[in-house]
Amino acid sequence: MSADDNLMIANVSRRRFLMGLAGGSALVLAARWDVALGGNEKAQFGAGAMPGGWVDDPNVFIHIDADGLVTIVNNRSEMGQGIRTSLVMVGADELGADWDQVRVEQAEGDHSKYGNQNTDGSRSMRHWYQPMRRAAAAARQMLEQAAANEWGVSTSDVQAGVHKVVHRSSGKELGFGELAGKARELEVPGRNALVLKRDEELRFVGKETGLINGELKSAYPKAIDGEDIVTGKAVYGADVPFENLLYAVIARPPVYGATVASFDDTEALKMPGVEKVMKVEGTGQPAGFSPLGGIAVVASNTWAALEGRKALKIDWDLEAAGDNASYTSSAYRESLEKAAQQPGTVVRQHGDLDKALENATKRVSATYYMPHMAQAPMEPPVATVQIKDGKAEVWAPVQNPQATRDTVAGRLGLDAENVTVHVTLLGGGFGRKSKPDFAIEAASIAEAFKGRPVRLQWSREDDIHHAYFHAVSVDYLEAGLDGNGQATGWLHRTLSPSIGSLFAPDPKHKGEFELGMGFNTMPFSVPALRLENPPAPAHVRIGWFRSVYNLPHAWAIQSFAHEMAVAAGKDHRDFVLDLLGPDREIHNLTVGDGWNYGEDPDLYPIDIGRMRNVIERATNEAGWGKSPGKNRGLGLAFHHSFVSYTAIVFDVEVDDQGKLTIHRADIAFDCGPQANPERIRSQLEGAIVMGIGIALQSEVTFEDGVAQQGNFDKYLIPRMPDAPKTLRVHLVDNPGEAMGGVGEPGLPPVAPALCNAIYAATGKRIRRLPVGDQLKG
Amino acid sequence: MAVSLTVNGDERSLNIEGDTPLLWVLRDELGLKGTKFGCGAGLCGACTVHLNGQPVRSCSTPVEMAAGGEVVTIEGLTDGDRLHALQEAWIEHGVPQCGYCQSGQIMSAAHLLANNSTPSRDEIVAAMTGNLCRCGTYSRIIAAVESVAGSESSGGSQKGGA
Repeated sequence: MSADDNLMIANVSRRRFLMGLAGGSALVLAARWDVALGGNEKAQFGAGAMPGGWVDDPNVFIHIDADGLVTIVNNRSEMGQGIRTSLVMVGADELGADWDQVRVEQAEGDHSKYGNQNTDGSRSMRHWYQPMRRAAAAARQMLEQAAANEWGVSTSDVQAGVHKVVHRSSGKELGFGELAGKARELEVPGRNALVLKRDEELRFVGKETGLINGELKSAYPKAIDGEDIVTGKAVYGADVPFENLLYAVIARPPVYGATVASFDDTEALKMPGVEKVMKVEGTGQPAGFSPLGGIAVVASNTWAALEGRKALKIDWDLEAAGDNASYTSSAYRESLEKAAQQPGTVVRQHGDLDKALENATKRVSATYYMPHMAQAPMEPPVATVQIKDGKAEVWAPVQNPQATRDTVAGRLGLDAENVTVHVTLLGGGFGRKSKPDFAIEAASIAEAFKGRPVRLQWSREDDIHHAYFHAVSVDYLEAGLDGNGQATGWLHRTLSPSIGSLFAPDPKHKGEFELGMGFNTMPFSVPALRLENPPAPAHVRIGWFRSVYNLPHAWAIQSFAHEMAVAAGKDHRDFVLDLLGPDREIHNLTVGDGWNYGEDPDLYPIDIGRMRNVIERATNEAGWGKSPGKNRGLGLAFHHSFVSYTAIVFDVEVDDQGKLTIHRADIAFDCGPQANPERIRSQLEGAIVMGIGIALQSEVTFEDGVAQQGNFDKYLIPRMPDAPKTLRVHLVDNPGEAMGGVGEPGLPPVAPALCNAIYAATGKRIRRLPVGDQLKG
Repeated sequence: MAVSLTVNGDERSLNIEGDTPLLWVLRDELGLKGTKFGCGAGLCGACTVHLNGQPVRSCSTPVEMAAGGEVVTIEGLTDGDRLHALQEAWIEHGVPQCGYCQSGQIMSAAHLLANNSTPSRDEIVAAMTGNLCRCGTYSRIIAAVESVAGSESSGGSQKGGA
């Protein structure tokens, strides 16, 4: 590793000034954060700690044609967060490219070449902003060098303008296209020779454009896929054209872990268009990313495959599923509620909680429930695989292209080098498409048709019945208040199956990354505290859902803090600001969290001042404190997740018949520096709508291990009338901090804020989600 | 069975099972991939097209019902290279996130405006209720439709205007 390998551009925060590092502009070159853990052991955080790490070689990411067309490679999956526009925009801005002469190329799945591509954890911009800036700066400096060489002048006499390089004194110009060939032959400058643009030189990054709280400001640069999307040309998973394509669907076991005992395909094979019926092997439990197994029907078009599947007769062996076959979610909820009354593994504690509760003037306790949910992206899982000459090609909407490559290779017994993964646009992901099971299924079927491409299509019923479900959860909280209404003690028990059960024998307890999602990182300052995690076994396939365990933790903690405020007879905002305590930075290790979203806790502590600030912003914007009128109420919640800070206030009305109207939502958000505020706004707007569904509608229940909802008639997600009538996003400008996540942190506080607003309007406390009919009668 | 229909102005003839949903005919047989599969049960609106001027869920419309009819899909909403006013507004307002549902959203909105050039907000919401968006772009959809409503171009496309 050369000396400059150890350099990266860091956002200059006040912390860095305190450390005496160079400053002056928002971006400088600084020594890579390097915590000495003793000996030569190096702490690994952020992008550098991810499989494949980061890459900033301009030859990998930036290509300029002789005619000036700039191609920037996007290595992350596009699922609606806007990364194809935002990351390319960052590169184009640093390069100095004219947006109208920029195109995007989607990287194949190959993290040895492109760095980490696992698009989850709200990491794309936070991990790739700096490498992309460096790659583009290097390319720009190579263009400047080429121009200087051409004119026989010093590089200090030339400067890149928009899509051209200018000789300062003579005014001579050469376009990027004219310089591209010469520039390509030059050496890539070292990282310590890079000079990044100053903030005031940037044209796109951090600029507010587009629709801003109802006011339209011309959007530029426009979304890179916008026109293709609105004209139907954009290519999603099922839209890649093929000759001689076969279409497949699979009948999967109704219960997690069940297997095929026997099947009769006589009738299915008589269906017009059906070409083959075959078994797809599952791998039992834990499933990991592997298929559930089942019977595939392969046909000459999608409809024939679907109809053929209906004609199959399959006997399932439910014994193989063990007690999953008797899993009923309502009974499970009761069992968790009972278990929540017993102590569990202590995760974090300080002070004498038992004494604090015993001596409390007032005690408050509550149990909160959040059900299973399915991610249900509008595009159901789909993948096409073609196997030819010992090589496999995959076309699929996957969040994790490298895992897709590795697991498909594993299934087929190929080296990963012989598997190519083409990442299409994703019609939504939300964590579902982090699991490449559907690509492995397609590969398994394609193996029987060597040479022919096979597309495996999931129906909506497949998607909901066989989701990687958001874990069901019960959270029990108990607190003591003194005579002044001050909190003296806080007990929280969280019970929920672990995603660990997907990959290993069921741990029955949440893992570090699950507890670190707002449970042990709970920010309140209470004299005595105990956080416990009693066991909760898994009975269905559990997986990541946008924001993951932050959802139940924020739901319970933010609802309970409001219940405490009510019990104390205090204003909710005043109460929680007091409960947060003085502005300070909480180091994650001091609260038992060694994960911190993979980020360096020194660079990304939990900052109570930033939390307080978004709470004040959201409440002020919402007109907190004013009397909202009859049947109306304001509700607040906030949460720190994915190293960003969110607070939201709802203004709701509930009429005498229990009909809820959401008049307004005000969300305040601080993710530090904002690369593309326009897409940050859209992510927060979307999070509010999805969160409303989590609060009001969305639930998958199980009877005898079988999911009881299969389509949008029973698995409800928000429709247009469910969205707030007015929706306001308040972005906190905080360029001096380290960049935080965007896609997920908007979601966790939405449901508790909405339920707190319902309480304010009605006096009815919701402790079991979804709200459903609880407001009626 | 032999089925003939007009799709985006072109006569198309196929030999196909009559109960095959129009969606799969458009996608698998005619290669028009802009119309999306979301639920297969007429519940999400991602597959919305116009049949004889009416918005229909193509996933739940047997192709035999479209025989002899005129179908307009998202690909047919543009007039040559000229985008429909709604398509322009969608881009300008940054409506799409993942974009998967947006073909259906735009087809529903195009039908609304073709029949009511100045819809109220409530009328927009009522007309669009059948179109789900998991990304939650509803407020931008409303803003985009409102921006076109009442303008000269609200009648939109000649072909798509229904």
